[in-house]
Amino acid sequence: MKEITRRSILAAAPAALALAAVPARAAKNYGPGVTDTEIKIGNTGPYSGPASSYGTIAKSEAAFFRMLNDQGGVNGRKINFISYDDAYSPPKTVEQVRKLVEQDNVLLVMSPLGTPTNSAIWRYMNQKKVPQLFVATGATKWNDPKGHPWTMGWQPNYQSEGHAYAAYILQNKPGGKVAVLYQNDDFGKDYLKGVTDGLGDKAKMIVLAAPYETTDPTVDSQIISMKAAGADVFVNTGIPKFAAQAIRKAAEIDWKPLHILSSVGNSVGAALKPAGLENAKGIVSDFYLKDPTDPQWKTDPGYLQWVAFMDKYYPAGDKTDVGNVTGPSFCQTLVQVLKQCGDDLTRENVMKEAANLHRFRVPMLLPGIEINTSPTDFAPIKQIQMARFDGQRWQLFGPLINGQAPA
Amino acid sequence: MSAPEPNALALERPAAVPAAPPVALAGQRWHGARNLTIGAVVLAALAAPLLVQNFVVFQLTLVMVYGLAILGLNLLTGFNGQFSLGHSAFYGIGAYTAAILMNQDVGYFWTLPCAGAVCFVVGFLFGFPALRLQGIYLALATFALATAMPQILKFQPLEPLTGGVQGIALLKPDPPPGVPLNPDQWLYYFTLAVLLLMLAGAASLVRSRTGRAIMAIRDDPIAAAAMGINTALYKTLTFGVSALYTGIAGALGAIVIQFVGPDSFPFLLSVSFLVGLVVGGVGSIPGSLVGGVFVLFIPNLAERVSTGLSGAIYGVILLVVIFVMPAGAAGFARLIAARLPFARKSVAIAATGRE
Repeated sequence: MKEITRRSILAAAPAALALAAVPARAAKNYGPGVTDTEIKIGNTGPYSGPASSYGTIAKSEAAFFRMLNDQGGVNGRKINFISYDDAYSPPKTVEQVRKLVEQDNVLLVMSPLGTPTNSAIWRYMNQKKVPQLFVATGATKWNDPKGHPWTMGWQPNYQSEGHAYAAYILQNKPGGKVAVLYQNDDFGKDYLKGVTDGLGDKAKMIVLAAPYETTDPTVDSQIISMKAAGADVFVNTGIPKFAAQAIRKAAEIDWKPLHILSSVGNSVGAALKPAGLENAKGIVSDFYLKDPTDPQWKTDPGYLQWVAFMDKYYPAGDKTDVGNVTGPSFCQTLVQVLKQCGDDLTRENVMKEAANLHRFRVPMLLPGIEINTSPTDFAPIKQIQMARFDGQRWQLFGPLINGQAPA
Repeated sequence: MSAPEPNALALERPAAVPAAPPVALAGQRWHGARNLTIGAVVLAALAAPLLVQNFVVFQLTLVMVYGLAILGLNLLTGFNGQFSLGHSAFYGIGAYTAAILMNQDVGYFWTLPCAGAVCFVVGFLFGFPALRLQGIYLALATFALATAMPQILKFQPLEPLTGGVQGIALLKPDPPPGVPLNPDQWLYYFTLAVLLLMLAGAASLVRSRTGRAIMAIRDDPIAAAAMGINTALYKTLTFGVSALYTGIAGALGAIVIQFVGPDSFPFLLSVSFLVGLVVGGVGSIPGSLVGGVFVLFIPNLAERVSTGLSGAIYGVILLVVIFVMPAGAAGFARLIAARLPFARKSVAIAATGRE
């Protein structure tokens, strides 16, 4: 049997070599997946599995590229958007992304969704030198141009949100005593670090930073000890369930601090209604996208454009789902990168141009928010705007806040 | 205890547990055909990575990994009649053992026996409460294990070891110096070697006295006990061995995927193993590999048909497979073999005995 084995391997080897030797490039400045008429772009998303409610982001992206192709594509090239289901399972993400890179030969992978899933392909993408652009997660670690020069975030990360809260506190309650409620994991600690760094040498203002575990039944005791510690500023970074409990408990024990609620927990339906809308009155939070359910955008050109797109290309999509705003916004950012690349569509140049976005505006970002990147800054969106809950809905107020760390 | 006639065993066995392959069946031609098939499959497996793209090599490696995990479940469910919805936990423990050791600069090679040993102990210990539980109750108890695992992996005090929610990223092992293979091909052959070893181990276990005792417990625990078999010992041991197999598969999976995270081992993974087990053939060793193929490729196939309806299409495919091959791929293969002229005589009894 050994004999046969060796012979069969020897027979097969020349064939494999011959396959490998055929050059795939069509022209000098084209990377993999690019021709004169087409750019192949890969994506993974959770069409099935525990996070499948986010699957609509990838669907809205596919719809967006259909519209773009109908309008002629980018610099005359159509986008061939290849999107696979990873079911929010990291091993499946690895498999699907390897398929995209090694079999479909995509130029880049855009907005793969999820922190664990992106973590699983992080090293691979950087080893293979394939752009992993605008990942759909808010973890801060994606902004690491030195260690991971092929990966870039997109949305304001949790730390930069924390910086913004700190800036708001310093402006409005410079002598306040701050209490922070955070989830005891990377995501929660990201927020805490952001607030602490943002306060800088005033970090002593934080009198209590109380963690909770996702397995905790309630956060009542944390809220009570915050009041006991004499805090008059409350940074509430809980996920909707715990954010709601905290709001309700604070009202119950008649604790009325300046209440800052993170964007993770600011959904009216998922957090504020369960907490009681009247209890949530006066809470401030932050936004960067135009909420499609907010009537103030009814006549906004960006919103109208988005509605027209949804009606024509994604009629099945839910127009109250923010995911359907996020998807096309990812696409518009990527299209800008590709436009800037011109005919130099190599992976290297894509990363170079992705790190070369200046004052770029996306229609469904809040007015005034601009996307800026540089070779040392891989966090495209840093600005947010504060909003105050009036008992019915969020009212934006004040200037845009830049969430970047004070130098 | 004397070896039961396989066909007699098949006749008496409850319908829910399909027949084991008629390994002990006489008929030299049948035996010859069988060996020829095994040889051909092994040859094809040896040649495959030299003929296809790296990505496909990677997929085939994963098929073997899942096949091995399903084989572990098969030893427990197919041969010993104990249910488990908790094998994602053993797979995860194996994967994390390998990842943690590799992080401490232990050679990937040595992580496999360690993962196997850890899982054997955990599985063996879990086998004790399992002794008191049967059927759906055991399924529930193991289900608890599967749902607990991701949260245990995220548990704060363990974070220095497990990396918490971040998980652990691993480096892809290079082939030993002088071996003219790329890392994907090397991992494929490495996995193949481990798999063949484990397959041979499982086959000889099943054919041994111990194996017959394990199957006797499945077929009739009371009769088995009456024959002097220590059912408690064999059941817990089977649990341990089953966990060992799945744990080694998990370790291989970690090395191949180069990443472990709590979300990599959800309860759904256990269900995938169960699906692979049933599709491949309950109580069939080669069937486990068919199960691995199904687990890896059918979701992809369903997705190719329609991205939006992939779940529904997967369901339809599963239904069709169960209707066409009620005894799994292994049973189907026996049915086909029974119709081949040269094997008809020897297999016909077993095939009809099952109906």
